[in-house]
Amino acid sequence: MMASLVFDTGLVLLVMAVAGWAILARDPFAAVVGFVVYGLLLALVWVRLAAVDVALTEAAIGSGLTGTLLLGAAARLRGDEAPAAERPGPLLRFAATLLSACVAAGLAGAILRLPENAPTLAPAAAQNAAATGLGNPVTNVLMAFRAMDTLLEKVVLLLALVGVWSLASDRFWGGRPGPRYPVEPHGALSLLARLLPPVGIVVGIHVLWAGADRPGGAFQAGTILAAMWVLVMIAGLSDAPQVGQRWLRLALVAGPAVFLVVGLGGLVLGGAFLAYPMAYAKPLILAVEFAMTLTIGATLGLLLAGPPERRSGA
Amino acid sequence: MSTTAVFGLCAAVAAGLGLYGLIAEPYPLRKLLAFNILGSGAFLLFGVVARRGAIPGLGADPVPQALVITGMVVAFAATALAVALLLRLFHATGMATLGADAAPDADARPIDD
Repeated sequence: MMASLVFDTGLVLLVMAVAGWAILARDPFAAVVGFVVYGLLLALVWVRLAAVDVALTEAAIGSGLTGTLLLGAAARLRGDEAPAAERPGPLLRFAATLLSACVAAGLAGAILRLPENAPTLAPAAAQNAAATGLGNPVTNVLMAFRAMDTLLEKVVLLLALVGVWSLASDRFWGGRPGPRYPVEPHGALSLLARLLPPVGIVVGIHVLWAGADRPGGAFQAGTILAAMWVLVMIAGLSDAPQVGQRWLRLALVAGPAVFLVVGLGGLVLGGAFLAYPMAYAKPLILAVEFAMTLTIGATLGLLLAGPPERRSGA
Repeated sequence: MSTTAVFGLCAAVAAGLGLYGLIAEPYPLRKLLAFNILGSGAFLLFGVVARRGAIPGLGADPVPQALVITGMVVAFAATALAVALLLRLFHATGMATLGADAAPDADARPIDD
């Protein structure tokens, strides 16, 4: 018990130090690298909180994809940082410090004063686990008990992608996102982009399949697949697709569409929107998860690639 | 002090640091990074609450965990949209700041190029 508390305290001190570095570092690159390290350490914290599903998501999306996105933006904005004169004055910085300290202290106080008997929905989730036939309680909540959240979240992802695409210039509409990355046939990135995706795709599918009964699921699997796709695009081995293509649009709506069809079917067969008929609950959930993984992978990859910047032919 | 209290304090500090960066950092990209750290602090509070709701057989309440997973994906989507807006601003005005003097300069390319 004592040893684990020492470990946790050390971990927390490290997380706080890296978070401070990410906020205060001068160089934007250093700050983003600090952010990536922060995310990976945070994944360890999630494991310590017995939330392995969240740890996987934090490492894949919070640290990996967000880090890649911010690194790419920092590279494109390099040398454009405003002059130092624009930094806020000492009075504003002092006020910001005071406000942030008050918010942190308030949150800390609230956490330390939580009631002894924590309210929990875990018993309800455990009792109803048999209804879906899935062994992973988090997947149960995501796909069955609070399926509406997950469905709407898919729509939010699509809306974000529409928002990103709508920033394209008129003449590039429907074209390819991002720059065309040059291939270095004998470079390290090129080698990595050839070696890693076969393994990564298998791992992604495994995480999806295992997510029914163990930590994992459509979000984590989709992120791993998106990462493999982005790696191949950045290495220049495969160009980004034209965003106007029909197969791409079908992949983007597959997840929400299958989810909606199953949900409406539940209205007819199960008596409520998104109610799964008991006998078919598990196969239906797996079907939705497969379609969702495809959509999440495609959407995340395209969100990372950005708005179209080249003509269709280029 | 219990494990959840230690991680709860970590969440509070992360939220505080993120809020400070959001206010005091002049560059939008750094604000975005700070905003993500602020968000991770909020997610971590969910994690602490979930861990406190553990029962025999379940290490943590699955409902807050599921909410956090959904939240992380939405946070990424929002960050991607913000980065795209920021790069568009840079492309259109040649600057990536939000100050009052961030008006388009003479040789900036027009928005609809």
